[in-house]
Amino acid sequence: MFVKRLGLAAFLAATSVVGSAWAVALSDAAGRYAISKNGSSIRFVIGKAGGGGLNGAFGRFEGTIRIDGGDIGRSRVDLTIYPESVGTGEGRIDAFLRSDAVFDVANSRQITFRSTSVQRTGDKSAVVTGQLTARGNTSTEKFAVELQGMNGGQIRFHVSGKVLRSRYQMDVGTPLYSNIVAFDMQFTGRRG
Amino acid sequence: MLRNTKTRYGWAAILLHWLIALVFIGQFALGLVMVRIASQRTSFELIQLHKSFGFLLLGLVLVRIGWRLGSKSPELPEEVGEMERRAAPAVHLLLYAAQVAVPLSGWALVSVSVLEIPSMPFNLFVMPHLPLGVSEQAENFWIVGHQWLAYAGMALVALHVLAALRHHFWLRDKVLVRMIAPSLGRGGGQE
Ligand code: HEM
Repeated sequence: MFVKRLGLAAFLAATSVVGSAWAVALSDAAGRYAISKNGSSIRFVIGKAGGGGLNGAFGRFEGTIRIDGGDIGRSRVDLTIYPESVGTGEGRIDAFLRSDAVFDVANSRQITFRSTSVQRTGDKSAVVTGQLTARGNTSTEKFAVELQGMNGGQIRFHVSGKVLRSRYQMDVGTPLYSNIVAFDMQFTGRRG
Repeated sequence: MLRNTKTRYGWAAILLHWLIALVFIGQFALGLVMVRIASQRTSFELIQLHKSFGFLLLGLVLVRIGWRLGSKSPELPEEVGEMERRAAPAVHLLLYAAQVAVPLSGWALVSVSVLEIPSMPFNLFVMPHLPLGVSEQAENFWIVGHQWLAYAGMALVALHVLAALRHHFWLRDKVLVRMIAPSLGRGGGQE
């Protein structure tokens, strides 16, 4: 009985420590991180009429994450994606995406995201708002960010969000293919 | 005058004939253009339009075949020779076969394509794929099949058009004009 109660107390203590990891860790986390190719991915899916979806990923991108230890709201994220590196597993679809039907990579080599604000929504979560620019069109987008872990000079985030293709002159194929692109991203940052 | 008689075509047969002729020939032209155009976006959009009209055509053809089976067919004028009496129904049968086979083969090629692009006729509803196995080989097979069936269909159309013009300008009978309006077929024989 006594042992059991002790176990429970230890458990509660442990969870409260884990629960506040973000808050505790913030001062440790403060700094600048470069997004590393290892452990990072940008995947997306576009729903199809009648079910299923078109899955793809960008193979080449780079960026930095700056975490402000004193005020998380002043943290910043910059990301550059090279749309030429898009891959869906089907060459004809990749060629279509690179063409002027969608990314127009011949004239528009980069897609950029520059954060404008970061709002904490929980112990380990935040919403990052910023300006997404693609094909010369800029629009404000929001992404949900979740801190997944930190060790040594590394930090890991999971990021998700929905973007409307029509804002970037990329709405070819609607309504056969949804206007909504759902992003699922994993970023590993290395200090430095 | 909706129905056919022994000498004349009714409005139902006439309207279906010209509507299907228009869509069939238009589809052929659209098919040739859409796969040769440089802009991938326009090409994609034209292919979706081609699919929409193809499904429309398939629906119209099924109505037409049903109507045809349920009505009498006007007879050929007495002067028409033995050879044409046999050739005409054979070409007509092949034309009906092409009107079904060309859109069906188009539907098949879309259904087996590894691109798995859905079909949504005129953006109205999702048309399911035919239950055929998806593979690159099957797709290539049906693309070639669809092309050749379309070319064969157009060859039949050309033959059919030449025969109709021959009736009108050479034989000077009512065979062509009775397909334009029921009243134009009048006087061509016993009512
Ligand atoms: C009215 C009947 C139709 C006609 C006369 C027709 C005719 C044609 C022609 C002439 C081509 C171009 C072939 C070439 O030169 O490459 C073509 C291509 C094509 N047709 Fe049709 N078609 C019909 C119905 C359909 C239907 C119902 C569908 C699908 C639902 C369809 C799907 C396609 C597709 C996807 C292509 C492009 C093939 C490729 O990738 O090269 N067609 N059609």
